[in-house]
Amino acid sequence: MTVVTTTGTTGDRQFRRRRPRARRRPRLPFTVLLLGALYCLTPVAWVVIAASKTPRELFTTFSFAPGSGLFDNLANLSAYGGGQFWRWGLNSLLYAGLGAILSTLVSAMAGYALAKFRFRGREVLFSVILAGVLVPGIVLAVPQYLLLASVGLAGTHWSVLLPVIINPFGIFLCRVFANAAIPESTLEAARLDGAGELRIFGTIVLPMMAQGLVTVFLLQFVGIWNNFLLPFIMLSDQDKYPITLGLYTFLGKGAGDSDLYPLVIMGSAVSVIPLIALVLVLQRFWRADLLAGGLKG
Amino acid sequence: MPATSAGRRTRLRAASTPWLFASPAIVLFTLFLVIPIGYAIYLSFRGFRVEGGGAFGRRVQAFVGLDNYTTALSDPEYVAGLGRVLLYGLISIPTVLGLALLFALLLDTPRVRARGFARTAIFLPYAVPGVIASLLWGFLYLPSTSPITYLARQLGAGPLDFFGFPALYFSLANIALWSGVGFNMIIIFTSLRAIPTSVYEAARIDGASELQIAWRIKIPLVAPALVLTGLFSVIGTLQLYSEPATLRPMTTTISSSWVPLMKIYQEAFSNDNLGGAAAASVVLALGILVLSLLLLRFFQRRTFGDNA
Repeated sequence: MTVVTTTGTTGDRQFRRRRPRARRRPRLPFTVLLLGALYCLTPVAWVVIAASKTPRELFTTFSFAPGSGLFDNLANLSAYGGGQFWRWGLNSLLYAGLGAILSTLVSAMAGYALAKFRFRGREVLFSVILAGVLVPGIVLAVPQYLLLASVGLAGTHWSVLLPVIINPFGIFLCRVFANAAIPESTLEAARLDGAGELRIFGTIVLPMMAQGLVTVFLLQFVGIWNNFLLPFIMLSDQDKYPITLGLYTFLGKGAGDSDLYPLVIMGSAVSVIPLIALVLVLQRFWRADLLAGGLKG
Repeated sequence: MPATSAGRRTRLRAASTPWLFASPAIVLFTLFLVIPIGYAIYLSFRGFRVEGGGAFGRRVQAFVGLDNYTTALSDPEYVAGLGRVLLYGLISIPTVLGLALLFALLLDTPRVRARGFARTAIFLPYAVPGVIASLLWGFLYLPSTSPITYLARQLGAGPLDFFGFPALYFSLANIALWSGVGFNMIIIFTSLRAIPTSVYEAARIDGASELQIAWRIKIPLVAPALVLTGLFSVIGTLQLYSEPATLRPMTTTISSSWVPLMKIYQEAFSNDNLGGAAAASVVLALGILVLSLLLLRFFQRRTFGDNA
């Protein structure tokens, strides 16, 4: 997003005439925020700059001085293991993209059911799902592995895709959002017109919940993309690795061979950039109030 | 509603519809949460021994009661791991939440310059996976590539050790801070925006400073958001894994069972001690649950006591 500052001097002067002291632009908050922004951007800037360095430059020149190996590093990274890095990227995209879409759909359906229907067992169902929010997902990974192994799914794409489709917090958010966004009268009117429940859901409920669903999708997408332990436990075939796991094993090898460091750094830079772009683009659709209001719901 | 056949059909349909909509969630919840939890608890009471070749050869198992639990809790490495995670949490959680609250309040201060830029910049690391965040900071800590060490050398100071004790805890907490402060800031900031401005207009007219308004009005009103972020921080912190695991190749300070989850992984996959791993998982999960509930109960009385 762009920096929006209201025009400085004229605005200030107008204010000053009415209320002399209180209308100054506060300096201290601005400074602290700027320091925070600097702190958050520095490592990203570093990795982008470091990605341009040859192995020798990496260890000899000052960190924030750009190097001369940008394209060599990129070529080496692409060539590594026969294009393995790009395969990891595609895997991540598949796991996070498909996983988040399915997860959002499942959450939307459940959230809608819990918000807009009165049925026996509703409160129990909701409480059980809410308790699921408190279950640390990572503790489940080992038993999930054993169970998936017993049906022969461990090590497949499914083993990292299926467990992430269920997202209790997403269901919780969808319920809050369905409650707020869908008027009872709209549903009644559609039912009186003879629309089927599935059609009502597809053509009325989903579009009305769209904003909330983007939030649920984004949260889950980033969550899956960032997930490390689940693929780490489930997968053994390097060709199925997502990008996080790939870079992790990369670094493990780099410990014995510092020539790999530039590739790890290049890989980090390349994998960070699209995700940052995604967040920047989708930030405008992002409904954080949904999260903030969550606890009251 | 008249009891016509059409009306009855609607009601009948309405009775099964919510279950149909919820069914995918219920099935997946059962398969990937309920059954694994049950299975973990079951395993934690069983002694497993894998015989024969392959990762899952012939298993000889028996009911061993609480043996796995006593073994886990008397294992110095596991207990030390719990201690490390708690120490790490004591450093990182208050820092992350405190700074997130500070940034959110500053963003909410009227007439501050460059708010949009600061908000986006601070939120940005949220998009960076923990493993990659650890890689980035790892290189910024590593003596041979660190700009901080470079500057320190130029100034005549010795090399800085980011992986020693207690520096390592702060190095790890710093990664958590970098990754987490923006997300928490957004949640708190959004709930600040939800407060109608009329609430503090009166205080402003009475001459209250922004600091007083923040302390007396804003912070109490965003307490529910603080509880929510605190809850997620506790759950996330105790599951610490990818950060120390990623930094491990860079230093010898981090052992292969440095945090509970590393120990659990090691027991399950290197030592074939599934029962022990399950018991250690259950202990960790219970710890997280108890801490979460304590947190909720403690704050619920304070934050929701008035309007509940």
